[in-house]
Amino acid sequence: MVFDSGQPIYRQIIDDYQKQLVRGELQPGDKIPSQREYAQTHQVNPNTVQRAYREMEAMQMVETIRGQGTFVRVGGAELQRIRMDMAAEVLEYFIEEMRSLGFTQEDILQMTARALGQKEVEADDRV
Amino acid sequence: MIEFKEVSKCFGSVTALDGVNMSFAAGKIFGLFGPNGAGKSTTLKLAIGLNRPDRGVVLVDGKSPLDNKQNMAFLPEVDHLYSWMTLRQAADFMRSFYSDWDEEKYRELLVFLQLKEEMKLSRISKGQRAKCKLLLVASRQAPYLFLDEPLSGIDVLTRDEIIQTLIRDFRPGEQTIIISTHEIREVENLVDEVVFLDNGQVRLYGDAEELRTQRGMSLLDIMKEVFRNAN
Repeated sequence: MVFDSGQPIYRQIIDDYQKQLVRGELQPGDKIPSQREYAQTHQVNPNTVQRAYREMEAMQMVETIRGQGTFVRVGGAELQRIRMDMAAEVLEYFIEEMRSLGFTQEDILQMTARALGQKEVEADDRV
Repeated sequence: MIEFKEVSKCFGSVTALDGVNMSFAAGKIFGLFGPNGAGKSTTLKLAIGLNRPDRGVVLVDGKSPLDNKQNMAFLPEVDHLYSWMTLRQAADFMRSFYSDWDEEKYRELLVFLQLKEEMKLSRISKGQRAKCKLLLVASRQAPYLFLDEPLSGIDVLTRDEIIQTLIRDFRPGEQTIIISTHEIREVENLVDEVVFLDNGQVRLYGDAEELRTQRGMSLLDIMKEVFRNAN
């Protein structure tokens, strides 16, 4: 994973874990790398990793069991809430950008539908 | 903790530091950034006690830097090792000089950095010499580690190895590392806090993540902006 230096890194660590969770790549009970391991494999300051892990614990996404490691906690309804929160962020950014280009609500709806429709046509062509 | 209180330092007619106030809390990695002649090297040397301020005071854990000599490890920009030595001889020298030498770490880092003890310091490449310097300083358990341009003129792959070594060995909360460098891009992910120096003065300082959040930019872009505004 490459970090964007223009954004806080600890946030990107949390976002990356959230994505893995939402995509089902991480399940409740799965063990995630220790802070030390993560810092080394991703070439990040261990203090930054600590910050991210602490916040994930505060968010109740993970829990650390002394002597055993850090494990994924969240699943089910909690996970869906995170998924919706992440989607809301993406949508807010998308709508803001489109508005800044001068498109109206109607434009945005139509263009999105077309873009999604186009994607489906492409998928069929590939089959 | 290292504190600079109203510190000024001149070398002849050149003002290297001009009434600066800085503090470096223990247990973190600090980036000391700024153009050539900003006062970065002077800051490091004053912190170690290699030089004394003309005005103001430098305190390390409340005492003079000279009272903390045994707690400090310095990796200078210049080639400070005896070029006729082999790595083994340089290690022997360090081993006998410093009581906090960690033999196990030395052995481990030798392998990690792919260095051989028979290497003659004058015959090896610049990158290998940089790694040797790092090896010798990192094989000590010093609570304070000062690095002056550790990546300068080094190839990209070796830089990666050096940064990996620093991350591996860093003892958060226990060890304090201050890195003076031009290579801001390389150390973006490494530093906890930053100090931007220019012409002997502090232009900006703070927590790296907070600065990124406030300004929505990388440390490199923040520095460019800070110096553009200064001119």
